[in-house]
Amino acid sequence: MNTLSLEIAVVALGIVLLLVEAYSDRSNKNYLSYLGAAGLFGVLVLSFFPMHAPAAGTPASAFITQDILSVFFVRFTLIATIVTLLMIPGYRPVLERYLPAERAGGGIGEFSILPLFVCAGLMWMVSSVNFIMIFVSLELATITLYILATYLRQNTASLEAGTKFLILGALSTGFIVYGISWIFGTTGTTNLLALPAAISTLPASAITPLLFGIAMVLVALSFKISAFPFQFWVPDVYQGAPTPVTSYLSVASKAAGFVVLIRLLAALGTVPVISHKLQVVITLLAALTLIFGNFAAIPQTNMKRLLGYSSIAHAGYLLMGVASLGSRLAIPAIGFYLAGYLAMTMLSFVVLTVVSEATGGDEISRFNGLGRRSPLLAGAMLLAAASLAGIPFTAGFIGKLLIFEVAFNQGHYGLVMLGCVTVAAGFYYYFKVIRAMYWQQPAEEGPIPVSFTVKLLIAFLGAGILAFGIYPAPILATLR
Amino acid sequence: MSLLLILTILLPLAASLLIMVGADPRRAALGAAVANLAASLVLFFGYDRVTGGWQFLSEWKILPKLGINMTLGADGLTLVMILLATVVTLSALWVAPKVEKNEGLYYVCLLFISAGVIGAFASIDVLFLYSFHELALIPTFILIGVWGSGDRQAAAWKATIYLGLGSFVLLIGLIALYLSIPAGMRTLDLRQLDQMAATGAFHPSAWIYLILLVGFGSLVSLFPFHSWAPPAYACAPAPAAMLHAGVLKKFGLYGLIRIALPLFPEAMNDLNGLLLLAVIGNILYIGYVTVSQKRLDWTIGYSSVMHMGYIFMGLAALNMIGVSGAALLMFAHGLSVAAAFALCGEIRRRTGTLDYSELGGLAKATPVLGLLFGFAAMASVGLPGFANFAGEVLVFFGAAAYGPLMIVPVIVGVWGVVISAIYMLRAYRNIFWGPIAQRWEGLTDISCSAKWAVILLLVPLMVAGFYPQFILKMVGTALPR
Repeated sequence: MNTLSLEIAVVALGIVLLLVEAYSDRSNKNYLSYLGAAGLFGVLVLSFFPMHAPAAGTPASAFITQDILSVFFVRFTLIATIVTLLMIPGYRPVLERYLPAERAGGGIGEFSILPLFVCAGLMWMVSSVNFIMIFVSLELATITLYILATYLRQNTASLEAGTKFLILGALSTGFIVYGISWIFGTTGTTNLLALPAAISTLPASAITPLLFGIAMVLVALSFKISAFPFQFWVPDVYQGAPTPVTSYLSVASKAAGFVVLIRLLAALGTVPVISHKLQVVITLLAALTLIFGNFAAIPQTNMKRLLGYSSIAHAGYLLMGVASLGSRLAIPAIGFYLAGYLAMTMLSFVVLTVVSEATGGDEISRFNGLGRRSPLLAGAMLLAAASLAGIPFTAGFIGKLLIFEVAFNQGHYGLVMLGCVTVAAGFYYYFKVIRAMYWQQPAEEGPIPVSFTVKLLIAFLGAGILAFGIYPAPILATLR
Repeated sequence: MSLLLILTILLPLAASLLIMVGADPRRAALGAAVANLAASLVLFFGYDRVTGGWQFLSEWKILPKLGINMTLGADGLTLVMILLATVVTLSALWVAPKVEKNEGLYYVCLLFISAGVIGAFASIDVLFLYSFHELALIPTFILIGVWGSGDRQAAAWKATIYLGLGSFVLLIGLIALYLSIPAGMRTLDLRQLDQMAATGAFHPSAWIYLILLVGFGSLVSLFPFHSWAPPAYACAPAPAAMLHAGVLKKFGLYGLIRIALPLFPEAMNDLNGLLLLAVIGNILYIGYVTVSQKRLDWTIGYSSVMHMGYIFMGLAALNMIGVSGAALLMFAHGLSVAAAFALCGEIRRRTGTLDYSELGGLAKATPVLGLLFGFAAMASVGLPGFANFAGEVLVFFGAAAYGPLMIVPVIVGVWGVVISAIYMLRAYRNIFWGPIAQRWEGLTDISCSAKWAVILLLVPLMVAGFYPQFILKMVGTALPR
């Protein structure tokens, strides 16, 4: 089987589900989420069968590669999409509230199907080694995400989020195309693997325009991974977008951005003239992102905004890893961190979906007294917060440990010290949620019902956090 | 037997799991604590002192390529600390009053602290030594915030942020230590680290010692990183304060004995002046701050910070006598401060206040409580017959043998004993002696279960006081000659 067949299967699944949705009369659209998740699970199983990369010399090999990074992140994207799809049934009441429906369930079905196309786009993105391919797959993912972010047509917050996302996303698209054209103009290639060889033959005068092009691409990628100073869209979009989309944005789309960034830096890392300059830029980005994300998160009172800033903060830790790509362990560390980040972030969004549906809002104060109203949800959120803060025996701790280890190893002492301070800030804002759940009195009594799907997700993601945290060896083994 | 050591960590966790699925919280917790105390006694007396070294070993590969494994084992020092942990745990759970709201969570939090600290003591791999200790962070936060008294929220925040930051500084130090080992030999296994240091295979820089000292120091409330401790202990519910001040805080000292002493003998010697300055701060400055306190909970909170100075002084002596004394004092202080906090909680429950100006003459209404408090106060001051005395004497002897640098700290230390006597006797007098106010006349005396819980703490304190070899022989197996 060719690696491309996985993405093709996902796209085909999406098209089939669109047709099923169009021809089915059922007003309850939950089955689409379950069908989509089951189909993606099938693709996930398929991904464990031996695949071969496009043979060298074929047209496909200029665009797509298959390496440890792509294999790992294809599975990562699939799992993130499955979790998102399974979150959607619990979110259906909100969709019904904000969508004008001529008939019951009208216009809701696509919400469960569109993530499949994002998924396919991101899967291509993590395996692509060519700027053109990166751009096309990025657009497939992003344009679909514009639709998803603004899906709640009669909710102004969602519309605002979608518009902001669209405008800033389009701007970043402009940056990446512009940057690619400068790089192509100087080196004559869009292939990342051919880039080092092409640069080595360049005259010294061509380095400056090349650097300009690379800087433009970096700006666009910084938008994608929400690195400072290109993070300003994050809090508003995260708050306004439908919660499952927010969780998908903060996990899958960010991870794909990091993969592209790693590929770009790994390709340019062999060219000393450029890699030294890039090193400084990435270190600076990491430091600023760490500071901004962690300190701006402190005063937040809205859970979705808090998680938005937290996602910026985690981008900072990941950038610490990216700045240390010289270490053999850097890529496993980043991959591991992202895997843990998937489990803990999505777990908090799963809990948030249920809590905000039961209490009617996204503020942290809605979590007040959750420990008494639903020990299960509170326990899950506690685990997620502990992992996000970096308490041992959770995935978040091992992730931070590995990242700090590689950063230290590469001599980024300043970043490590800064990381220490920001971790302490993180303790504060994650513990704010724990405080709300256990210290505060609930506004209303009565248990919060938890559906079977949510229980399943909590069990799966919670087990992931603990398993990665106690026994990280297997997942690291897949990354080297 | 190695299974028994694993069980001491798993039993509290298993009990918390049972409580989560609906078992009676108090019964499950007490059952686990009693079983754990029995297990730790079996281990304590089953340890082969003649062979010495690490026993009851078990190992799981976690990150074999990085040389990180979860290795559990115990030597004499470990077993003394585990005995302390299990005794204090049982006592803390026993004195815990009837909890009105969310009783299950209360006991789960206490059990997690207990499991974490036992796991930390039983870990041979430094990363797990660290990790297990962190298990206590969230339970402490919840315990102080929900069931605390006074300005509990501020205290909980302060302690959490301080301890979180301190432990990340510690983590950086451990990473630095790990990376200072030549590639290919990297490990965090204490046995291999000791061996490498002994054979001269690696020389970690003095900077790493400083980072570790700050990290461990803030966990032990070493001056000037102490300011989280008094408010946290004053506001925490009695069982949490007992576990935290009695056992958990000893983790930082234990870590220094395990890591700093064998790996950084030269750095410790070179930088001893710095540590001794902090020690003088702990004993003299905090001592006077303690004298000026107007409430019993704050007095005990500050006194527990002050007494850390003696233990650090024992470590700084860098010789067998001083370090043995420090270890004995860790054991003794853990028990005596736990007893003090237990009784402090009992008084608070009866009177609702711990302010010296409002209390007085309580011994007339609550004679047994007064008697027990007298014992705890005498132990804390370091009266002969209690293990605290033996520990302090050894620390002074060890320190005096170190050299001229120690003259001032030893004098300060001896003066510190006087300071302790001042504030403890004053507290005793202000609360239990003098004329009794009318509103306190109807107070009930200490309940039977609380009485026995405190006696459980005082008995080993006196056993080790009259026969310190009971502890010292065990500790001796862990220290280099």
